[in-house]
Amino acid sequence: MTTAIKENLDVYLQSFRELERRGKVPEWLARIRTEAIERFLDLGFPTPRDEEWKYTNVASIARTPFEPAPAVPAERAAERIATHALAQLDCPRLVFVNGKPVPELSSLGGLEAGVKVMSLEKAVASGTEPVEQYLARTADPATHPFVALNTAFLQDGAWVEIPKRTALSKPIYLLYVTLPGSKPTVTYPRNVVLIGRESQATLIEGYLSLGDSAYLTNAVTEIIVEENSVLEYVKLQSESPAAFHVATVKMQQARNASAHATTVTLGARLAREETASVLDGEGGEATLNGLYVLTGEQHVDNHTTLDHAKAHCSSRELYKGILEGRSTGVFNGKIIVRPDAQKTDSKQSNKNLLLSEDATINTKPQLEIYADDVKCTHGATVGQIDAEALFYLRSRGISQREARNLLTVAFANDVLDKIKYAYLRERLKASVLERLATQP
Amino acid sequence: MLLEIKNLHAKVGGNEILKGIDLKVGLGEVHAIMGPNGSGKSTLAQVLAGRDVYAVTEGEVLYEGKNLLEMAPEDRAREGVFMAFQYPVEIPGVSNTYFLRTARNAIRKHHGQEEMDAMDFLTFIREKMKLLEMDESLMTRPVNEGFSGGEKKRNEIFQMAVLEPKLAILDETDSGLDIDALKIVARGVNAMRSKDRSMIVVTHYQRLLNYIVPDFVHVLSDGRIVKSGRKELALELEQKGYGWLEGAVNATA
Ligand SMILES: Nc1ncnc2c1ncn2[C@@H]1O[C@H](COP(=O)(O)OP(=O)(O)OP(=O)(O)O)[C@@H](O)[C@H]1O
Ligand SMILES: [Mg+2]
Repeated sequence: MTTAIKENLDVYLQSFRELERRGKVPEWLARIRTEAIERFLDLGFPTPRDEEWKYTNVASIARTPFEPAPAVPAERAAERIATHALAQLDCPRLVFVNGKPVPELSSLGGLEAGVKVMSLEKAVASGTEPVEQYLARTADPATHPFVALNTAFLQDGAWVEIPKRTALSKPIYLLYVTLPGSKPTVTYPRNVVLIGRESQATLIEGYLSLGDSAYLTNAVTEIIVEENSVLEYVKLQSESPAAFHVATVKMQQARNASAHATTVTLGARLAREETASVLDGEGGEATLNGLYVLTGEQHVDNHTTLDHAKAHCSSRELYKGILEGRSTGVFNGKIIVRPDAQKTDSKQSNKNLLLSEDATINTKPQLEIYADDVKCTHGATVGQIDAEALFYLRSRGISQREARNLLTVAFANDVLDKIKYAYLRERLKASVLERLATQP
Repeated sequence: MLLEIKNLHAKVGGNEILKGIDLKVGLGEVHAIMGPNGSGKSTLAQVLAGRDVYAVTEGEVLYEGKNLLEMAPEDRAREGVFMAFQYPVEIPGVSNTYFLRTARNAIRKHHGQEEMDAMDFLTFIREKMKLLEMDESLMTRPVNEGFSGGEKKRNEIFQMAVLEPKLAILDETDSGLDIDALKIVARGVNAMRSKDRSMIVVTHYQRLLNYIVPDFVHVLSDGRIVKSGRKELALELEQKGYGWLEGAVNATA
């Protein structure tokens, strides 16, 4: 009974050797990557025997010989980008196609003084950015096979640095587009985001694709929120129905820092969305919200962690799922309250709406509490569309389909309404509505 | 005849609740239905509105000559049937205004009329809001969510005023209302009375019928109409209860 799959790992070692030969990177980065590949080879791909991966079988990822995604001409992605849900967002954006930054599709004008949004590769190469100080510190490759894999193969992504006492007037948008080829391909986006003290920012991370052959996005985002800063983070994952998406978003919050994250999952055949925050200073506030709308054979696994390391912090968590067809969902919400974290106030809720008899959800709170003076509550619900509400709407002339959509959207809006940036909130509502309307 | 109910039998959960109802409602008429708790008044109302937990086992219902029982609930509503619920349903996340505009537009569309935009709709409902003393805040809040009992009942009549049905079935719209709210609701209902609109008013109390004076009064008992009469019948029932009626099951209340 093994908890890991270690066959076929040679392919990864070989591509790692190739990567080593090709790229010239500073010694510190080479070391991090080497350690990470060793760690990955050691860990292997997890199996459902591993408690952390109980409901998500990544055997199909382990089995597939993914190749590095080839560079493609930017114009091939231009139209897809111009028509996607957040196309009209009026804000600085950095666009990546098959993992590589594309200046023609990006626009980084209008940033406040001292704000840096650039390719991670460039930031490393420049030698002037403090990447070494932050990379692979918040997201630890040692314990997580996919973080290890991403770290071993990390080449590019975004480096975002917001200096102290800076309030961004517009969000920063990082968009990853995949144009899969005839063979399965993989990209390893890596983002490092640093929010200086007493600053305020909205960060959006988006994933979409063109075409419907299989590919893997293995992404890691590390976010450091310094003292007294406020971050709103929103992720919209609308990968193709053939995609594998394994992502880790890890936040580290200092004293009185507030982070509000919303993860919206609409795409991918199989997705693992890990979102975590460490409340590492007193007075911190973290919100982890999520909405997943699944249909067909989709599977999404939301693994969240709220790690209360210091006293007087509060956290709120609301994840909602809408599942149709034969889709399957997982919610695993871990809350750790460390011995020092007295007066922790934490609330977790996971609510699911099953729109078909074949859809399933596994939901589990996981509380590890080592302090005694804390308030922690959690709850989970699984239900169907309320028949009485449906009849009430129909009895007023609203069609069955529209009534169902209205109730479903109302269910979803509970999460989206908590997004503070209004335009983004409305766009996300529209894309969820569109997504529901196209369901069979 | 707007509505013709013939020998209607209906079941829920294996129990026969309606045991052969016959009722005719002409255009412009107001019929009151009274009767003890559990006699089947709400069941009749729900069957007419199309709630599918009730299975019709026998009989037929003609609405404007068409087979009402074959129509989906939304089609009944679009053709002018409206039921004010005895227990209105709360719908979190859907604003009252948005819900009502969607409903009215669905009905308008059905009749080949242009849909109303948000601005036109607000203008249209303003007067009706005044009639039923509907506070602005009740309009922006989710449908019935956290409304008091009286506010819910007022909201039902407000919906009727906005949707302008041909046949309105009011299921105990008066219960739970204080005297002021009762007057507001009655005023709303009376404002809606017209020769082109019929009403079936289900109630336990004469006090509503002081305001909304019915053309006919029927007593429903154990799934059957056991007595019909003019408005005076309601007064008689108020004094004597239901026990004296032939075929009536003793009231349990
Ligand atoms: N969904 C249901 N499932 C089971 N039994 C039901 C259901 N709906 C109604 N009944 C039963 O049918 C009978 C008639 O109920 P109904 O609500 O029609 O009575 P009513 O005349 O409206 O009473 P009241 O005056 O109390 O409102 C009752 O015995 C009730 O318990
Ligand atoms: Mg009743």
